[in-house]
Amino acid sequence: MAELLITVVKILVIILVVLTGVAYMTLAERKVSAFIQWRLGPNRVGPWGLLQPIADGLKFVLKEDFTPPGANRALHALAPMLAMTPALLTYAVIPFGGTLPVFGHEVRLIVADLSIGILFIFAIASLGVYGIAVGGWSSNNKYALLGSLRASAQMISYEIAMGLAVIPVIMFVGSLKLTDIVAHQGANPWFVLSQPLSCLLFVIAAFAETNRLPFDLPEAEPELVAGYHTEYSSMKFAMFMLGEYVNMMTASALIVTLFFGGYHLPWVETLPFFQANAAWLALLQVATFLAKVALWLFLFLWVRWSLPRFRYDQLMGLGWRVMLPLALANLAFYGLWSLKDLP
Amino acid sequence: MREVFFYFFAALAVLSGLLVITRRNPLTAALYLVLAFFALAGVYVLMDAFFLAAVQVAVYAGAIMVLFLFVIMLLNLGPDDLPPIMTRRVRWLYAAASAALVLLFLGLDLGRRLPAPTPGAAGEVGAIAARLFGDYLLPFEITAVLLLVAIVGSVALAHRE
Repeated sequence: MAELLITVVKILVIILVVLTGVAYMTLAERKVSAFIQWRLGPNRVGPWGLLQPIADGLKFVLKEDFTPPGANRALHALAPMLAMTPALLTYAVIPFGGTLPVFGHEVRLIVADLSIGILFIFAIASLGVYGIAVGGWSSNNKYALLGSLRASAQMISYEIAMGLAVIPVIMFVGSLKLTDIVAHQGANPWFVLSQPLSCLLFVIAAFAETNRLPFDLPEAEPELVAGYHTEYSSMKFAMFMLGEYVNMMTASALIVTLFFGGYHLPWVETLPFFQANAAWLALLQVATFLAKVALWLFLFLWVRWSLPRFRYDQLMGLGWRVMLPLALANLAFYGLWSLKDLP
Repeated sequence: MREVFFYFFAALAVLSGLLVITRRNPLTAALYLVLAFFALAGVYVLMDAFFLAAVQVAVYAGAIMVLFLFVIMLLNLGPDDLPPIMTRRVRWLYAAASAALVLLFLGLDLGRRLPAPTPGAAGEVGAIAARLFGDYLLPFEITAVLLLVAIVGSVALAHRE
C-alpha cells in the first residue's frame, strides 16, 4: 500500500514539475528570443514578465473553441490528446536521482524501472506521430494535411537514426534499463566522451523528432500557414503546444540520461559530506539532473533563434543519406570495438 | 489484480477488433486497429513478455499503421467512395464464421486445450536474444534476407519507368 502511495506521489510531482516547466519554457522561449534579437520580450505581467504564462493560460481558456466545418469532429478533438499523452508517458522510466530516504523508506527516484527501459521510450515516442497525423487530416484543410504528412515522414525517418544511435550505448552497458545506463556513466566516462558520434546523431535526431528548428517543416509558416494545427484554437491548440514543449523536455532528459551522465555530478558526489548524508546526495542528484536538462533546453531555444529552416528535400536527404549510413557505420565500429573485451 | 487487467485488455482487444471491421470510415477503422494492437501489448505485459509488448507497439502501432494511415489520408477515401461492406453474402459469412468459432470453443473445448502461457524470465530480452541469435539463427537470418528482397523489389517496381 505504501509502495502504491509513493508511486502516485512520484507521478503527481513529475506531472506538476513538467507542466510548470513547460509553462515557463514558453516564457523562456520569448525571453531568450528577445535576448538574441536585442529586444526586451514580455515584461508587463508581473516582475520581469514572470506571470506571463498564467496570463497566457487564462487567455487560452477564454478563447472560442472552433471546429472548422467539414472537419471530423471526434478525431479533431482526439488529436490534441494523442499528441500530449505519449509525451508525458515517457517520464515513467527516466531516473532523476538515486534513492532518497523518507521516514525510513528508501524511495527510488524513478516511477517504473522497467527492464526494457529505453525500448519503452521508443515505443511510446513512435506513437507521438498519431496526434499530428490525425490532427492534420481531421481538420479538412490542405495546409494542415500537408503539414501532418511532412511531420509523419520526418518522424519516421529520424526515428531509425535515433534508434541506431542508441544501440552502441546499450552494447557498452549491456542493459536496456536507464538506471543501469546512468550507473555505468557514474563509474566510467560519460558516453558523450566515449561515443561522441552516437551523441551527435542522437541530438540531431532528437531535434528532428521534436519538430524544432532547423527541422520545423511541419509548421513552416511561409508555406503552410501553421501546419498541422492551423485549424486549432483555444485549449486544443494549447495542448498541441504543451505536447511540443513536453517533447522537448523529454528529449533533453533523454540526451542527459544517455550521454551526459544522468543525475551524476563527478567529483562533487564523492565529497565526504554527500557520502555521509544520503538525503543531501539525492537532492544534489536531482538538482544536477534538472540543471543539465535546463542547459539542453536552453540549447534548443538557442538553435531555434539562430538557424534557418531546412528545405524539405534537404531534410530527407540528411536523414536517409547522411544520418542513416553514419549511424550504421558507428554501430559497426562500436560493435567491433566491444569484441575486444570478449574472451 | 492480474486477472482484472487481463479481462480489461482482452475485452478492449476484441471490442476494438470488432470496431475495425464495422466502421465505415477507413481512417477510424485504422485507428481502432492501433487500439487493438495496444490492447494486445497490454496482454503481453501481463504475461511478463515486456520485450514483445514494446516491439508490438513500436513496430505495429508506431511504424506499420502510420504508413497505412498515410495511404488512407492521401487517397482521402470517404465512406461514400467505398462499396457497401454489409452485402447479403457477407452477412451470411459473418454468421457462419461466428457460429464456427462458438462451436470450436464450446463443443471442442478449444480454450482449455491451448497450452498455458509460461510467465517469467522467458520474456526477458536476454532470453529472447539467446533464442533468436542462438537456436534459431538461420531462420532469423533468412527472414532478414526475405525482408531485404521485399524492399529491393518495391524499389525496383517504383523505378520501372
